[in-house]
Amino acid sequence: MTEAARAPIGRDRRPFMRRFAIAAEPYLYSAPALILIAAVMLVPLVIGISYAFRNVILLDPFSGGFVGLEHFREMAKDKAFWLALRNTVSWTGWSVLLQFVFGLILALLLDQPFKGRGLAQALCFLPWAVPSFLSGLNWAWMFNPVIGPIPHWLYGLGILPAPDNILADPKLAMWGPIVANVWWGIPFFAITLLAALQAIPRDLYEAAAIDGATPFQRFRSITLPFLAPTIAITVMLRTVWIANFADLIVVMTNGGPADRTQIIASYIFTQAFRRLDFGYASAIAMVLLALLLVYSLLIVLLRQTLLKEA
Amino acid sequence: MMRPKRLGFTILHRAAILAYIAFALFPLFWLLKVSITPNDLLYGEGVRMWPSRSTFDHYVFVLEHSDFPLFFRNSLIVSLSTAFIVTALASIAGYALSRFAFRGKFWIVGLMLLTQMFPLVMLIAPIFKILSPLGLTNSLTGLIIVYVAFNVPFATFLMQSFFDGIPKDLEEAAMIDGATRFKAFRQIILPLTLPGIAATLGFVFTAAWSELLFALMLISGVDASTFPVGLLSFVSKFSVDFGQMMAAGVLALIPACLFFFFIQRYLVQGLTAGAVKG
Repeated sequence: MTEAARAPIGRDRRPFMRRFAIAAEPYLYSAPALILIAAVMLVPLVIGISYAFRNVILLDPFSGGFVGLEHFREMAKDKAFWLALRNTVSWTGWSVLLQFVFGLILALLLDQPFKGRGLAQALCFLPWAVPSFLSGLNWAWMFNPVIGPIPHWLYGLGILPAPDNILADPKLAMWGPIVANVWWGIPFFAITLLAALQAIPRDLYEAAAIDGATPFQRFRSITLPFLAPTIAITVMLRTVWIANFADLIVVMTNGGPADRTQIIASYIFTQAFRRLDFGYASAIAMVLLALLLVYSLLIVLLRQTLLKEA
Repeated sequence: MMRPKRLGFTILHRAAILAYIAFALFPLFWLLKVSITPNDLLYGEGVRMWPSRSTFDHYVFVLEHSDFPLFFRNSLIVSLSTAFIVTALASIAGYALSRFAFRGKFWIVGLMLLTQMFPLVMLIAPIFKILSPLGLTNSLTGLIIVYVAFNVPFATFLMQSFFDGIPKDLEEAAMIDGATRFKAFRQIILPLTLPGIAATLGFVFTAAWSELLFALMLISGVDASTFPVGLLSFVSKFSVDFGQMMAAGVLALIPACLFFFFIQRYLVQGLTAGAVKG
């Protein structure tokens, strides 16, 4: 590119150093963040990927040899892995769906002006401030019939045949962490969706109301199209976070009973920390990473199409 | 004609809000309730909404006979340092993403999105092996470095969206008057973004305060333990003493909630600023 083409209007008469400083500015601003991300996330990621093809067992000085695709062959035969994959789908699917639906309802409720909205908003968003491990412990205690009320309520409503701990019931255990996760994650959706709602120009609604549109019609043809890009990106980020999110399960059930709440992320944790088998754990993590990348790519493409239509 | 319908809507709206507030607060109320229930009443009055007698014994025990004050201090150091460093880095990086079109921007954004997808468990072993020869395992500094890197990408996106909400004309006017871009950024744009900065500080503080897996892996001694690690070891050691566990839980909750209440009104301001702009 020639000098004349680069300069916005006529020839740029500023000294070279000054022009260089201006061109370098965005890189200087983003450099500290990028260097840190590269050093603490990318370099370890590459090392971690190499572990997937090596026999890496912590505290074993004779490990570290190259094993090729051995871990992946082992995984294909590993029944616990396939169960964990199915559990990951139901854990992530239900958590995201319920968080999103209730988050959207909450955002719509808080978007209406009313007296005391500031306080109501602060209280509604409070669960998000609770540390995740603590909300896991808290819900585990609530599900415990010795000190928690929930089993007794469910028994009183006739949902449970006896006031037992659902975390110990293989058929129901997964609902424990899901409920804790939904309680904890609704505010995140509500905050982002509320921000998007408040950015919708109000005169659109007024115009629609004058034209005689019902509230439902207004929601469908104004609110939803405006929210769609935000919804796509939040659902994508949230799905990926929840699929990777082992804290609640590790704290509440540790994958039990009988692996019925074991998701891939907690299975990786088990392999890495109990058996110290970092090679196999990294191989599983790679499969999870690949699945999440494919999923995110699909959502990004969907978002692009939505933006083009809008 | 409209009146009864409007009234019905208002009642339904307030009832829904109250129902959600009850759902949001009940688990925290229960935590508080068990933490002040004397041991002899714990099992007999298990599902009562409020115990017939209350006591602060569990709190006294936790504060005097355990290492919790130390864990508390460690967590505070780690979370505050992480929050401030991340917000500083994310402000300048978010500003670059918001204001400049430059070569490689697409890849930088892509890279930051990618980091949101890592199964973090995959990074634990390599990070442990990198930090160990540097003497950064079992140290609060090592923990802060790791937390800063993990939180920078999301915080950058957050700050970028706040900068996007401020008109470009402001710093362009200042630059025409002869200020450098960095001076315009520091003196004009940053003060306008204060609500966004407060919101980012809050996001990062809570994230660092609740991180468990890396703290478990990188810290082995009591001296550098953070609150989550301490509480978890407490739970496995005194697993039947529900009163004491919940008292410790309430104590772990206090700073996060205080910080949240402090920043949440800035969060609201940030949200409404977006509305005014629209």
